[in-house]
Amino acid sequence: MANADARPVLELTGIGKEFGAIRALHGVDMQVMPGEVVGLMGDNGAGKSTLVKIIAGNFRPSHGEIRFAGDAVHFSRPVDARAVGIEVVYQDLALSDNLTAAANVFLGRELKRRFGPIALLDHKAMAARALELFGELRSETRPDDLVKQMSGGQRQAVAIARTRLSNARLVMMDEPTAAISVRQVEQVLGLIHRLKEQGVAVMLISHRMPDVFAVCDRVIVMRRGEKRADKPIHQTSPEEVTALITGAKEAA
Amino acid sequence: MAMPMESPISFTNVGRIRWWQRGIFASQTGYVLLALAVLLVIMHFASPYFFTEGNMQNVAKNFSFIAIATLGVTFVIITGGIDLSVGSMMCFSAMITSMVMTELSAPGSPAGALFVHLAADGKTVIANVPGLILLVSIVAGLGVALIAGLVNGFCIAVLGLSPFVTTLGMLSIVRGLGYVVSNGRGSFPGGPDADRFYALTSGDVLGVPVPFIYLVILALTMAVVLHHTSFGRHVFALGGNEKAAELTGIPVVRVKIEVYVICALAAGLQGIIISGWLGSAPANMATSYELNVIAAAVIGGANLAGGIGGPLGAIVGCVLLEVIRNGLVLAQVSSYWQQTLVGVIIILAVLVDRIRSRMS
Repeated sequence: MANADARPVLELTGIGKEFGAIRALHGVDMQVMPGEVVGLMGDNGAGKSTLVKIIAGNFRPSHGEIRFAGDAVHFSRPVDARAVGIEVVYQDLALSDNLTAAANVFLGRELKRRFGPIALLDHKAMAARALELFGELRSETRPDDLVKQMSGGQRQAVAIARTRLSNARLVMMDEPTAAISVRQVEQVLGLIHRLKEQGVAVMLISHRMPDVFAVCDRVIVMRRGEKRADKPIHQTSPEEVTALITGAKEAA
Repeated sequence: MAMPMESPISFTNVGRIRWWQRGIFASQTGYVLLALAVLLVIMHFASPYFFTEGNMQNVAKNFSFIAIATLGVTFVIITGGIDLSVGSMMCFSAMITSMVMTELSAPGSPAGALFVHLAADGKTVIANVPGLILLVSIVAGLGVALIAGLVNGFCIAVLGLSPFVTTLGMLSIVRGLGYVVSNGRGSFPGGPDADRFYALTSGDVLGVPVPFIYLVILALTMAVVLHHTSFGRHVFALGGNEKAAELTGIPVVRVKIEVYVICALAAGLQGIIISGWLGSAPANMATSYELNVIAAAVIGGANLAGGIGGPLGAIVGCVLLEVIRNGLVLAQVSSYWQQTLVGVIIILAVLVDRIRSRMS
């Protein structure tokens, strides 16, 4: 739970982004506390994805400042964001179909064993760790199977397992429940709860109102590139959030 | 922050994929290998000369002449790229190697003075350090390949040009440079190290042609690199999903440049070996070899869309092409049919793979 005296893990001030003549984001301020689950909602084109991509280091903001755990940060690549402890589960999952589940989980940070000057992949250790992570997610996924042959839920599990490798302090999930079965949605929401218990902040980008209301402590609504609402979840309702998303209600 | 395992996974709904449905058994390489085995049996009955030691040596030597370059181009194909400049690169590297060798072996020239001196009889040229000329000239030949590979990689990875166009340009550039430096005449390895050069490129060890030995060593190295190093893993990831590779922090630009450099070096080495066998590096050497090399890679199972391929496939593709060529000669079929048949096989191999993946 967010303590009143705790420092925010993520703090955005006046974030704006222009793509040529298009203003995608304008003056977005927000804070995310450790162990807090924040739902980020908005219609297509509201600026959610742009905001996520700025925090994840895919884009640089045109204006404003990002502070992570109190320090101002400037990410030029996604790797920089990951280095400080921001993990992202992308909507298209960013998996390589031709590789195994374990290979995908460890992509870009493979475990290696050194033999003198050469470092070879430690397949066994990676498979064991991946199996452990799939176990935590309660996903029936074999580390040695190719991602090509997997179901939507298994692919999701692979993408989420990837964020569990490091000591992430903020995990952003872009539509993690969009393409999976009801049972698997429960599992993903369960995982979000467990991340929260560990003090990890989670940002959930979702269109699915029930999911947001099931796990989030706070909901932020974006519309036309601006933040229109930022409310604790128990002070709002699905109806109000829908009104804010569609613009029936301007701000709250 | 390891989370406690609440319950071990039980695979109630997810079956294990059977061994014959995974790995090599489910790959194009697998059944092309099978086709090759069948072909060898047919050849054995069709011609009594096929399985003679001499013919086998011939086959081994001939396919080794394109197989090393095929290994190189397979790296590029796995990343989803293509390199059309391998044929020209073979020629240019071979040419530079023999020209440098000849140049350094001329006693009068300023460069030659460092490397050779005349024997007491005033005619025989003797190397100051045996083997040094050979080493320097091979390094020079591979050096130009390295530069061409770097240029290819830079244009494709950094400038974002299409691999097809970039390497098509490089095909022409390198071939042109070959004509420029040689004046169109070609060149010959010469000087005191020439014999050593021939021994290293077209000799044999215990009846096994040396190019074949190089091929085996390089193929084994490639297998280890592709499947047991993070570089290899990144090569596959790049071909599978380039965007994902980028997002997960793989140094995409560096990996791309590296594969084009590897490909150019393999082609350069291949060219040097071929020139040793031919005894010269003519300016039109290895013209259109890039087509054979790419065809061999594709027949062996490398997917031009990226993400699939390996050294075994590259070699199987080369062997299949060579066995067909050799078989047609032994069967006294007009050699003009060879190219037609190779084309049919390329399409067949890819077609069978498509049918197989539709069925599963």
